Amino acid sequence: MSTISREEVAHLARLARLEVTDDELDAFAGQLDVILESMKTLGEVDTEGVQPTSHAVPLVNVLREDQPQPSLPRDAVLAGGPDTAEGRFRVPRILDEEA
Amino acid sequence: MTKLNTYEAAVAAYEPVLGLETHIELDTNTKMFCGCSTTFGAEPNTQVCPVCLALPGALPVANKAAVEATIKIGLALNCRIAEWTRFARKNYFYPDMPKNFQTSQYEEPLCEDGYVEVTVDGESYRVEIERVHLEEDTGKTLHVGGATGRIHGATESLVDYNRAGIPLVEIVTRPVPGTGALAPEVARAYTAELRDIVRSLGVSDVRMEQGSLRCDVNLSLNKSGDEWGTRTETKNVNSLRSVERAVRYEIRRQSALLDAGDKIHQETRHFHEATGETSPGRSKEEATDYRYFPEPDLAVMEPGREWVEELRASLPEPPRQRRERLQAEWGLGDKEMQSVVNADAVDLIAATIAAGASASGAVKWWLGELSRRANESGAELGSLAITPAQVAELQGMVDDGRLNDKLARQVIDGVLAGEGGPAAVAAARGLEVVSDTGALEAAVDEAIAANPDVAEKIRGGKHAAAGALIGAVMKATKGQADAGTVRQIILDKLS
Amino acid sequence: MGERTIDQTAAHIAEAIREGRTSAYSVTEAFLDRIDAVDGTVKAFLHVDREGALATAAEVDAAIAAGEELGPLAGVPIAIKDVVVTKDMPTTAASKILEGWIPPYDATITERVKAAKMPILGKTNLDEFAMGSSTEYSAYRQTANPWDTGRIPGGSGGGSAAAVAAKMAPLAIGTDTGGSIRQPGAVTGTFGAKPTYGSNSRYGLIAFSSSLDTPGPVARNALDAALLHEVISGHDPRDSTTIDAPVPPVVEAARSGASGDLSGVKLGVVKEFAEGSAAAEPGVVEAYQAGVDQLVKLGAQIVEVSCPSFTYALPTYYLIAPSEASSNLARYDGVRYGLRAGDDGKRSLEEVMSLTREAGFGPEVKRRIILGTYALSAGYVDQFYGQAQKVRTLIKRDFEAAFGECDALISPTTPFIAFKFGERTGDPYQMYLADLYTIPTNLYGGPGVSVPVGLSEGMPVGLQVMGPVMGDDITYRVAAALESTQETLLADTAPEIEGK
Repeated sequence: MSTISREEVAHLARLARLEVTDDELDAFAGQLDVILESMKTLGEVDTEGVQPTSHAVPLVNVLREDQPQPSLPRDAVLAGGPDTAEGRFRVPRILDEEA
Repeated sequence: MTKLNTYEAAVAAYEPVLGLETHIELDTNTKMFCGCSTTFGAEPNTQVCPVCLALPGALPVANKAAVEATIKIGLALNCRIAEWTRFARKNYFYPDMPKNFQTSQYEEPLCEDGYVEVTVDGESYRVEIERVHLEEDTGKTLHVGGATGRIHGATESLVDYNRAGIPLVEIVTRPVPGTGALAPEVARAYTAELRDIVRSLGVSDVRMEQGSLRCDVNLSLNKSGDEWGTRTETKNVNSLRSVERAVRYEIRRQSALLDAGDKIHQETRHFHEATGETSPGRSKEEATDYRYFPEPDLAVMEPGREWVEELRASLPEPPRQRRERLQAEWGLGDKEMQSVVNADAVDLIAATIAAGASASGAVKWWLGELSRRANESGAELGSLAITPAQVAELQGMVDDGRLNDKLARQVIDGVLAGEGGPAAVAAARGLEVVSDTGALEAAVDEAIAANPDVAEKIRGGKHAAAGALIGAVMKATKGQADAGTVRQIILDKLS
Repeated sequence: MGERTIDQTAAHIAEAIREGRTSAYSVTEAFLDRIDAVDGTVKAFLHVDREGALATAAEVDAAIAAGEELGPLAGVPIAIKDVVVTKDMPTTAASKILEGWIPPYDATITERVKAAKMPILGKTNLDEFAMGSSTEYSAYRQTANPWDTGRIPGGSGGGSAAAVAAKMAPLAIGTDTGGSIRQPGAVTGTFGAKPTYGSNSRYGLIAFSSSLDTPGPVARNALDAALLHEVISGHDPRDSTTIDAPVPPVVEAARSGASGDLSGVKLGVVKEFAEGSAAAEPGVVEAYQAGVDQLVKLGAQIVEVSCPSFTYALPTYYLIAPSEASSNLARYDGVRYGLRAGDDGKRSLEEVMSLTREAGFGPEVKRRIILGTYALSAGYVDQFYGQAQKVRTLIKRDFEAAFGECDALISPTTPFIAFKFGERTGDPYQMYLADLYTIPTNLYGGPGVSVPVGLSEGMPVGLQVMGPVMGDDITYRVAAALESTQETLLADTAPEIEGK
């Protein structure tokens, strides 16, 4: 029994802004299935009352003083851009308001 | 064509439930997670660095001043400050968001469970605050090729990341039921109160027209006694008046739909300043899934109680309390004070009084002549090119008899035109009251000679006739005479 | 040790330069010539900066002539994994999506290498965005294992390991998220160290999994690695997750270990690593066991410890790392830098973004982005990402309990020797098994090193030493002690490579 369908993979790809081919969909669905099967073993672990860990050494209140630092020169900022105009990054027309 | 009910019919049939989400840009020196400057209006893409441009490898470090400002806002809104809080990533793609996720807060906001008291028509409402959290702003997108500079019809867009990463505080209310027909006014009053509170803290300039305070308005309707209805979220409502109009419009629109037996869609809508209408955002193929998770690049925060109490001790007098105090000090009635508040003139008047003017003088200028000027030019009162100190100076000149009201208005013309302070304008334009009695007596003699019949009437005891002679003298002196003095001279000469 | 400059350790080279027995310029030239001679076969580099490296070398020579005081590795050339940002030098993460990108800034580690006056030879190959265990997922070239050019050099840092193994660089920088320094070290007969998470800066390290990524040294022996470790490590105000504490004294520890005395040192062997499907292949076990015997001879005491949660390390890792990666890699959208595909003037931004990411990312990266997107999506986040973070706590507790019984843990670095090209690319899960023994350390955050221990089927085998958080020194001490038992460094016994 498959835990992740082709349609589900297609939906995830859309969320992640990935255009995937039909071949990739088939391959990923199969491969993800194997991986997710292994992930399921995690569900067996009793983690009642266990706090999550996000870092090796817990660090607290790492804050910066509000002192300005130099920004990058604009030439350097725009140099990497695939398409720029009027000191800005040009992008094709936008469909969505968001996501 | 959208069907609308009349507002009266709508609120007679349905109960509105309000909700407000407000974004406030903090005016820290630097951005939320990097040292780039936040100055408004810089050349595009000149205030960016590897961090706020999301270059590969760059990492965030949180701005202490922004965290403190958020805690102050939370305290001023009567919130509980979290003992343990952290940032989370909100994942979605949009070109003005460089990382394609926004560093925000999710389940553990900095501040929770507060409230704001507002008064509308003498009635008090408590708007409960669910949460206050800290996040970062996006860049700005310029849509080109379309007719209106809007996203629809544009052929391409240009992105400037100067604003990307500026600290943003989001303040979310709990649903506000029970406001009835006053929902639009309550929404406006809440927003105004919030703005005043934040401004009093000195952590943001809260300029709605510059986008440093932005509102999203949630609204649903239900029949009395029913469960709350489905809500819509109207985005980017950017003036106090628009907040009111957006609520009013949604009440009229939703009630018409409900009357027709239609369902309200839970959706995002856009407000149009020009028409006062809302329109739906592009319907989404699939529900948005932000895939929130704790930001692994930042440490958690545990605001110590000592730190929080230090910040609490630094809070200024709350605006509402201050208003009540000032109203008493200025000797204003409720209505008059309400006009002061509506005109956004509390701080201006207070500053004018502090600069030496009497309360009545300060109120008179700001609510009268200056409000009129602001209305004429469509500007905010506070953005007029005259300072409270200058208004105090002007009133001082009137009190000293150097200016009369008419001359004072001409002085204001000069000040607003950038010609200098009141004394300088009066001198340059020659706008002083003529107090040289010799010159006035000559002008009176001339007027008597020119109007023998009027003079005769006055001699006969009809003092009211003096007005005609006063008018003639004022005309002759181009309004620079003091009318009372002129009258006295006339009566002295003709009795 | 051979006579040639390229056969010398970094420590020897540094000393020779300092004492004027050789010049930084001639040393750097020797390694550059070696790259010219053999990299056509090994294919470890994505970019070589001959001019820049020689310019730095010349500066070092001038400084020495002027009698200036220089750092311990001044003039010693270095290769940098191409996932670490270098200003004005191409940085690609071995991905098409960053092809041609010239960073306008330096990573903190790059700055520190530059401040130490180490000539940067160039950038080394890796699995795209450091996702892989064989370097086969590089979008540019397939790096060969210098011991057998038909086999993989490990991954993701196969380029750095192969460069050091083939003597094209005496030192290299790697990054380790699930074993990407240690596993390539093991299969190429080189020394690799993953320092304590947070003991060095990730600023400018192109993120794969933020809570796991750790940069570290790649070298031919423990002392060289320790010298580089101290150059690059320490608190960085630009990385909120770095620890503001002194760097553990790893150079001193490597020197002390080289004396060959481990009396009083307790080494733990993790029971669960030897069980069932977790067991390493027999040749690896044999070489590893011989190493353990040597450690005992040096006075170490071996104790068996149980770390039951290690069984869950692999699934925990493959939930946390792809989840974070799916978010970290969202920024590659063809707007501000890098590739843009499909912009024909008609397509919308959304379509262009998707086409850009389709064209720019390889299969393993896409697989992990989709996996991570799944693990974070509504309805699954608690079950997957949330549960994984809790299991991470259990793994950490296992480590802490183990370090109550011993000073360090030892294991084979990876269950199998370098496999042949293409052997595991068809089955991602088989590939993931390469990191079975290295992943627990990343989840815990402590240090781990891989030191060459012997051969199996003529291919190198590594022994891993794992220490407590900020206890990097013990791992170096044990590794250096093991090296002291070898007449010749394993790295020096690699077959000579035929230039192409």
